[in-house]
Amino acid sequence: MMPATLIAEQVLNGLQFGVMLFLMSAGLTLVFGVMGLINLAHGSLYMVGAFACAAVVAATGSSYWVGPFPSPGVVAPPGSFWLGLAASLAAAAAAGALVEVTLMRRLYQRGHLDQVLVTFALILVFSEGIRWIFGAFPLYLDIPPSLGGTVPLPGGLDYPLYRLVIIAAGLAVAAGLFQLVSRTRLGMRIRAGESDREMIAAIGVNIRALYTAVFALGAALAGFAGAVIGSITSVEVGMGEPVLILAFVVIVIGGIGSIKGALVGAILVGVTDTMGRLLLPALFATFLEPADAAATGASLASMLIYLLMALILFFRPGGLFGKVA
Amino acid sequence: MRALVTAGAALVLCAASVTASADGLKVGMITTLSGGGSALGVDVRDGFMLALDQSGRTDIDVVIEDDQRKPEIAVQIADKMVQSDNVDVLTGIIWSNLAIAVVPSVVRQGKFYLSPNAGPSKLAGEGCHENYFNVAWQNDNLHEAAGGHANDAGFAKSFILAPNYPAGHDALTGYKRFFTGEIAAEVYTELGQTDYAAEIAQIRASDADSVFFFLPGGMGISFMKQYAGSGVDLPVVGPAFSFDQGILNAVGEAALGVRNTSQWSKDLDNAANQAFVASFQEAYGRLPSLYASQGFDTANLLISALDKADVSDADAFREALRAADFTSVRGDFMFGPNHHPVQDIYVREVVMEDGVLTNRIVSLALEDHADAYAGECSM
Repeated sequence: MMPATLIAEQVLNGLQFGVMLFLMSAGLTLVFGVMGLINLAHGSLYMVGAFACAAVVAATGSSYWVGPFPSPGVVAPPGSFWLGLAASLAAAAAAGALVEVTLMRRLYQRGHLDQVLVTFALILVFSEGIRWIFGAFPLYLDIPPSLGGTVPLPGGLDYPLYRLVIIAAGLAVAAGLFQLVSRTRLGMRIRAGESDREMIAAIGVNIRALYTAVFALGAALAGFAGAVIGSITSVEVGMGEPVLILAFVVIVIGGIGSIKGALVGAILVGVTDTMGRLLLPALFATFLEPADAAATGASLASMLIYLLMALILFFRPGGLFGKVA
Repeated sequence: MRALVTAGAALVLCAASVTASADGLKVGMITTLSGGGSALGVDVRDGFMLALDQSGRTDIDVVIEDDQRKPEIAVQIADKMVQSDNVDVLTGIIWSNLAIAVVPSVVRQGKFYLSPNAGPSKLAGEGCHENYFNVAWQNDNLHEAAGGHANDAGFAKSFILAPNYPAGHDALTGYKRFFTGEIAAEVYTELGQTDYAAEIAQIRASDADSVFFFLPGGMGISFMKQYAGSGVDLPVVGPAFSFDQGILNAVGEAALGVRNTSQWSKDLDNAANQAFVASFQEAYGRLPSLYASQGFDTANLLISALDKADVSDADAFREALRAADFTSVRGDFMFGPNHHPVQDIYVREVVMEDGVLTNRIVSLALEDHADAYAGECSM
């Protein structure tokens, strides 16, 4: 049978995946909830954050090569990773604000089809722009030595420190976001904007500034996620789109516009996906040849979150925490 | 440096495209030039163009397009190349799922296809075709050698993983065909996956004594970096794809000492190979990878056939290809009955040489090795 440490480690992996999805989904769901905008280019902001981090690590690093060969291996001097993270937040927020001021504000009154067209075009613009600056080759970063290695957890499990820090950082951001939305004036306006756009403009809130702030906030969170994940996987053009699709699944499951829904949905999707990849092949192995079981299990596991979404929508058409339409 | 390489490639392209002559040959190259698989396609392209350049021939015209590792894009490019560019020979595809989508239809339309990389079992056995030639290997081959090496290394129980696509299935099949020990677990990942936390957790929990993995291109870089940081210290073994020149620097020192299997290595001791390594370095300012060697051999095979026959005489041209009358940088080379190579496969070790990670041959793994599917092919 499966050892408990394996289950525990996979739950942690699922949780880590989930909190990163939350950072992506939070901005997406806020923008949709407050402005009624479908932003397909949210994945590009994730990519912008990752590349900003890579560029800063490169600029401050001792040996680095932005170019095809030899493939870049980045040796980051102490401190530059943190500068990179700060840069990812700043660059993504700036890109978000710029896009909001120049394009998005013209789209709020339009239909969803126009929004999808414009934001899809933005994906192409961002991808080609980044390709033009950095080339088509993926970049690989090293995490700082202080976050490398593993830490022993109770129960005899050694878990990578970096992923543990991701979970903690993600949960901290989630807590901060709840505080922001429920306790501050900005949060109050965001909630007011969600329930009645015209009314808060009528009572004198600067709705334009509010929209730009919300958009930049969501962009910064996406950029942060891109930098944090890009540092252990790879930083490449088009890295945001697979995550964007999952983020849409998350906000549909959680209920569009709900931060709480995004958190619950993200962790649900993260854990379901990770556990599915472990358990389904094992399940199929009980009645299939090992090779067939592994292949069938892996194929079905990649569909699992969509099945989960269908199931949740069947019972709760508005999502877990959504308003019933 | 980068500008220099680009300029060099552009020059080669210009030289090839302005001088097409009436009785020459037009080659369509579909390969992966962007994303996590781009290092492979770029090397195949550069090796191919280097051989054309060195031949001094001006009657070979090459069109090159990026398939982005997407089957539907590869199919569109192939259609365009066959129907409006009027190419005679196609080549370049890196990934087996793309090869399976493109090759059967182009060879049925009377075009030749020379594979510089992908060698799916589906096209080696019953699906073989007289106009399809593989200049690299049948997919299983390097993994079979890895399985054999795992026996020699004394491994008794392996954890094996590969992406869930045709070449991944061939990889695990090949390893299991030669590995006599037990399989702790076999796991398929998604093609293009970059986060391997879930798989590494399973490796940690398994009672395996070794890990075999086939994760070509960027997938292997991500896996090795995460594996090195995971605290799991089981020895790994694999085909050359995850330890080759193009990606070793990005993998970093985690790769040092890893044994991997390949039909080619830069230290293979023959004149053609030494000249190839030196000229590739001079032309592109980097060491060649096995993909570059495959692209180089593919172009030389094509040139050798063109020396003997005109492509408009398909039967004569096919015979000329089958003769494989060229000097391969990997040493002895011949085609088996299904137009797949019969060749030696070596075990290499990742070493540090003048501050650069590279490979050195340790031993000969399989001599004159042919693939397992040749018997099923009738043509």
